[in-house]
Amino acid sequence: MSSESPRSSEPRAGFEPPTGSGEARANTRWLWFFKLASPPHAYRLAGLLRPWFLWPAVALMLIAAYGGLVIAPSDYQQKDAFRIIYVHAPVASMSLMVYVVMAVAAGIGIIWRIKLAHAVAAASAPIGAWFTVLTLASGSIYGKPMWGTWWEWDPRLTSELIQLFLYLGYMALRASFDDIQRADRASALLAVVGVVNVPIVKYSVVWWNSLHQGPSISKLAAPSIDSSMLWPLLIMMLAFMLYFVAVLCNRVRSEILRRERNTSWLNESFVKS
Amino acid sequence: MPPAATEPAVPGLWSLWLLVSRRELRLAARHWDQVLQPLIFFVIVTTLFPLAISPSLDELRRVAPGVVWVAAMLASLLALESLFRPDVEDGTMEQWTLSGQPLSLMLLAKTTAHWLLAGLPMVVMAPVAGTALGMPLSVWPVLMGSLALGTACLSILGAIGAALTVGVRRGSVLLALLVLPLEMPVLIFGARTVDLAMHGESVVGPLNLLAALLLLFASLGPFAMAAAMRISVES
Amino acid sequence: MNLSDFFQMSGYAPYVWSCYGLTLVVLVGMDWTARRRLREELLRAKRRAAVGQGES
Repeated sequence: MSSESPRSSEPRAGFEPPTGSGEARANTRWLWFFKLASPPHAYRLAGLLRPWFLWPAVALMLIAAYGGLVIAPSDYQQKDAFRIIYVHAPVASMSLMVYVVMAVAAGIGIIWRIKLAHAVAAASAPIGAWFTVLTLASGSIYGKPMWGTWWEWDPRLTSELIQLFLYLGYMALRASFDDIQRADRASALLAVVGVVNVPIVKYSVVWWNSLHQGPSISKLAAPSIDSSMLWPLLIMMLAFMLYFVAVLCNRVRSEILRRERNTSWLNESFVKS
Repeated sequence: MPPAATEPAVPGLWSLWLLVSRRELRLAARHWDQVLQPLIFFVIVTTLFPLAISPSLDELRRVAPGVVWVAAMLASLLALESLFRPDVEDGTMEQWTLSGQPLSLMLLAKTTAHWLLAGLPMVVMAPVAGTALGMPLSVWPVLMGSLALGTACLSILGAIGAALTVGVRRGSVLLALLVLPLEMPVLIFGARTVDLAMHGESVVGPLNLLAALLLLFASLGPFAMAAAMRISVES
Repeated sequence: MNLSDFFQMSGYAPYVWSCYGLTLVVLVGMDWTARRRLREELLRAKRRAAVGQGES
């Protein structure tokens, strides 16, 4: 049956979503929100939404890449190497953005006890970690021709490295619990504590760096980028954000399947198909 | 220095604080070795660096602040093992969570007592270690001041991590992975403060930053600790 | 710019192209592993439902 293909699969409708812990609050104004957060609805919604994020993301990526690689004129000092900024800056901002998404989702999960929020946090973490790795890699590769070494302890690279440690710590903590609920709550607390630390880390790293070279910007700052060259950057950032949501849709669906494995709605939906 | 109770006018909270603190100190008095071990580790780690780098005091002097600070960080990590684990293992912590008393206050009291036993000795020992690495006498006050503030921060952050991982088997490495990144700003401000002092520059700015960090952690940390402890202990 | 300039990237070709290539590989890989995992979870869920059905 069509439930093999992930893109079109969904549990067959025709049953009432079970009352989760969220629905205990019968405030009808918020009922739609809690209903939305119920696993069967979320599962379906994620499946339906995904193409609407994926294909625009791909299209925008192609446009931005064309703009950055072809249309944008060569920089006077950095020549064509500056084109790396069109991937480096977006992945850097994504690595930070995903962490905030993760922390906010975890916070929502722990405050309002919404399972879906925990699922979103868990699903986002590896994506964010990979964005951080890409930032470090692209920053390192950018650095070699620009300042001659594969690594420099400049503010951005250093705080990205610490960001990677925060992601890895979150994933390691999650993995160390057998009980999913406990894993959710413990890692949620860590995420919230971590997100409070992120601005502290950034400020401290900038200060630490400034002691050596005076108040300077990160060496990887784009060479006073002209506004006409800015648009591929912005489009690429938007494209990455949409792509993140598209991948997240599938990851959240996997999380839902894993967490709901013993519930009746899931088992019955397959019986009906 | 240990923060005062939240509301001095209410006798209950202060006496709770004293009760927990006295218990901690009394228990520690029975196990002096556990109190001394992190301190000895601190000294040993500081000794590793001359062996690894060079016996020349001129060379060591340049890295002395960093070495002392990193050694303090690692030693405080080791000391965290004895903060919560014994109480969780014998069921005391579960009683605390069920007691109806403010868990955040009790855990803060525990952490403060722990700092007195683990952090403060390192602050006192640090000038000795620093001098062994070539630090001038003039830097001692800044060294001790920054370490006092810093180890207090490390204790609080470490306690949050310890509460999160107390139920995890062999969780000491995980604890380090979680807590060290969070502690990096403290290290940056603390070590560089001493470095600035060694170069004769003003340290008021970073010291104030350290104090501000301590205030932030001390005010929010206990709630995070309590939440983490409940997650770990509740079955 | 002409095609040759595009590939050469004024001599920085290995740096620029490895960055873009790495990003592409990781992004595609993210999506691919997410889809594969979803497929696996679906299969597992179906099998479990079938077993449950068989037992009842």
